[in-house]
Amino acid sequence: MDQTRSTLDLFNNVDLTTELRLGLPGSDGKPENVKSSLSGNKRTSSEMGSSSCTDENESRYSPPTKEQVVGWPPVRSYRKNILQVKKTESEMGSGMYVKVSMDGAPYLRKLDLKMYQSYEELIKGLQVMFKCVIGLYSEREGYNGSQHVPTYEDKDGDWMLVGDVPWEMFISSCKRLRIMKSCEARGLGEFV
Amino acid sequence: MDPNPKRPKTVDRVDSVEVVNSSESTQLLCSIDPNRKRAKTVDRVDSAESTQFPDEVLERVLSLIDSHKDRSSVSLVCKDWYNAERWSRRHVFIGNCYSVSPEIVAARFPRIRSVTIKGKPRFSDFNLVPEDWGADIYPWLSVFALAYPFLEELRLKRMAVSDESLEFLATKFCNFKALSLLSCDGFSTDGLKAIATHCKNLTELDIQENGIDDLGGHWLSCFPETLTSLEVLNFASLNSEVSFDALEKLVSRCKSLKVLKVNRNISLDQLQKLLSHCPQLMELGTGAFTQELISGPVTEFKNMFSNCRNLITLSGLWDATPLYLPVIYPACARLTFLNLSYATLRSDELANLLSHCKSLRRLWLLDTVGDKGLEAVGSCCPFLEELRVFPAHPFDQQIFLGVTESGFVSVSRGCPRLRYVLYFCRQMTNAAVAAIAKNCPDFTHFRLCIMNPGQPDYLTKEPMDEAFGSIVKTCTKLQRLAISGLLTDRTFEYIGKYSKNLETLSVAFAGSSDLGMEYVLQGCPKLRKLEIRDCPFGNAALLSGLTKYESMRSLWMSACNVSMNACRALAKEKPRLNVEVIRDEDGADDSQAHKVYVYRTVAGPRRDAPPFVLTL
Repeated sequence: MDQTRSTLDLFNNVDLTTELRLGLPGSDGKPENVKSSLSGNKRTSSEMGSSSCTDENESRYSPPTKEQVVGWPPVRSYRKNILQVKKTESEMGSGMYVKVSMDGAPYLRKLDLKMYQSYEELIKGLQVMFKCVIGLYSEREGYNGSQHVPTYEDKDGDWMLVGDVPWEMFISSCKRLRIMKSCEARGLGEFV
Repeated sequence: MDPNPKRPKTVDRVDSVEVVNSSESTQLLCSIDPNRKRAKTVDRVDSAESTQFPDEVLERVLSLIDSHKDRSSVSLVCKDWYNAERWSRRHVFIGNCYSVSPEIVAARFPRIRSVTIKGKPRFSDFNLVPEDWGADIYPWLSVFALAYPFLEELRLKRMAVSDESLEFLATKFCNFKALSLLSCDGFSTDGLKAIATHCKNLTELDIQENGIDDLGGHWLSCFPETLTSLEVLNFASLNSEVSFDALEKLVSRCKSLKVLKVNRNISLDQLQKLLSHCPQLMELGTGAFTQELISGPVTEFKNMFSNCRNLITLSGLWDATPLYLPVIYPACARLTFLNLSYATLRSDELANLLSHCKSLRRLWLLDTVGDKGLEAVGSCCPFLEELRVFPAHPFDQQIFLGVTESGFVSVSRGCPRLRYVLYFCRQMTNAAVAAIAKNCPDFTHFRLCIMNPGQPDYLTKEPMDEAFGSIVKTCTKLQRLAISGLLTDRTFEYIGKYSKNLETLSVAFAGSSDLGMEYVLQGCPKLRKLEIRDCPFGNAALLSGLTKYESMRSLWMSACNVSMNACRALAKEKPRLNVEVIRDEDGADDSQAHKVYVYRTVAGPRRDAPPFVLTL
């Protein structure tokens, strides 16, 4: 994931802001033009250090930079709407934002659990957010070996180790997250 | 009104610009007697004249020919064959609604029962064509009401359809049976109400991906209780809730129902009830494939699909979770088409599912499955012929990389029979595409969309020319190609030189000079549709196709480098082409033609063009 992120970064030096209008499908028959910014071709090739392309392209065409590019990528309006509706649902209504605290940090953060599809992604997100190392989960030993252990409070008010139950069950029962220091967390793993 | 009008002998012949193809039946009939006498009688019934091939026999033989391309060839043989063909034709296909007028169609073909019409240029799907551009179905319907009052089928793609048109259709055609609307706009669910209410013999209502004004689900309740003929019902793209009671009753009384695609509001519980009434279904589109209570009993639904022994197509599956997906496993072995493009599955979920789908021929996915998911495709689906991978987040690159070249290569290794691919990705390499071409030489449709415009091979930093070069060189059967990435004129040189069977080419953000477009127009003998956006092709390129455009259906060029004068020159030279310029909204530079649409026509310039469309 990290490797792919850096590949993306190479292409995305510019601030990529996208504007999506969250209208109901079919509300006006034509969805809004989607604005997206792009890095210009010229810039990309020079970043990549590609001399071969600049040689061949004397009358180089430069696509619009940081401007509205209508209809690109060529995804049909209908599909865009479906995915937009999905995004709406996850952003509003369901309340998947949970508080995340980390022992020793001065303030808490909030995290949208719906942004993640798996424990792996969630752990990576936490690691980035709190600049800590959590490491890998194992059923027998929990997060043994790492400094921090992710835990969560479930519907019953109990503090559980992140990773034991299927992902779907986890996100439906997780009320808040707490990243404990592993010395304190030892108690949780002992009785497994 | 006589459903079988008598056939007079003399007829005006319409100029046809179609290319003659040979076909077996044509040759067979030709060899019998090329010099036979023409029948002189007016009355068809009297066949006493000494023709070796009376008209009725010729018509009977020709009536067995379905392909409209073959029929075009047949009609070009001689006047008698032209007449016999036109009287025996039951279905007419109009690829561009402005290439011909409804009056001309009605005059030539007296006995049509089924019509297919395509309207707007394909780029209108991506908002490149302004609203109210045209392609209104109404003028066609008003002519058909007189010429074909017994019309049974109407299939429309990218047409403007109003509620009034739908009501007209429902009330003026007493025998109307099948309506299919794909990518159309301008109507609301009120129009559907009219169809449901008045069409007593309705067999098909197929509403797909339209710009429809969804005013509620009441239309479904308008089907009368006497309607039992429905075979196809697809309302998957409509968002409003329909009355489940009405739907259940409809499904149970329509014993011939073969295709049922419901919308997202139909729950798993409801789906189970529906399936119990129609186990004979061949194609199913489910509703939402999850329930509120995640820890609910999955076992209840386990048998939902066991009785559906004819099911070969499955779609819908919105919000499918790993908990409920296994419910479809009993049906998987027989499935030939699985559309998962609305289910945000992960790689492991997909892998588990596909391990049951050994007969799969067509598969549509979201890129949430990642390269790992595509590896599973390669290992589980050896008979796969078509793969489409759509981007879950096309405009938001930070969220998820999606699939890469490696996923595509994995599929190509395991699925050598691939013919049709649509692939959205954020990175690609020339080497990968070369490998893919080698693994799958039978491509007929290759549509690769590297989502960042003008992006080079991410490893070598070179243009993607060699990638498409390898495709056109290896895949000799290629009919449709969509290119992307950083591309120079070399790509087009390859395309022009090697794609002998190419019919449709889509180009965006590519090329270095006029030469690019010229290569394509000078090569590609079978080119029919060329659509170009945001490329540096100018007047010389446009005019280099002077002699070609009449053999093509259409040319679209937008955000290129073409001037109004060049368009005028083209229009002047070629009176049988319509050269239309869509004026820019801000009207900034009037000497440049920002959007050009050129198409052959026998109907002359459009009479219904809105003010922003200039016919030159």
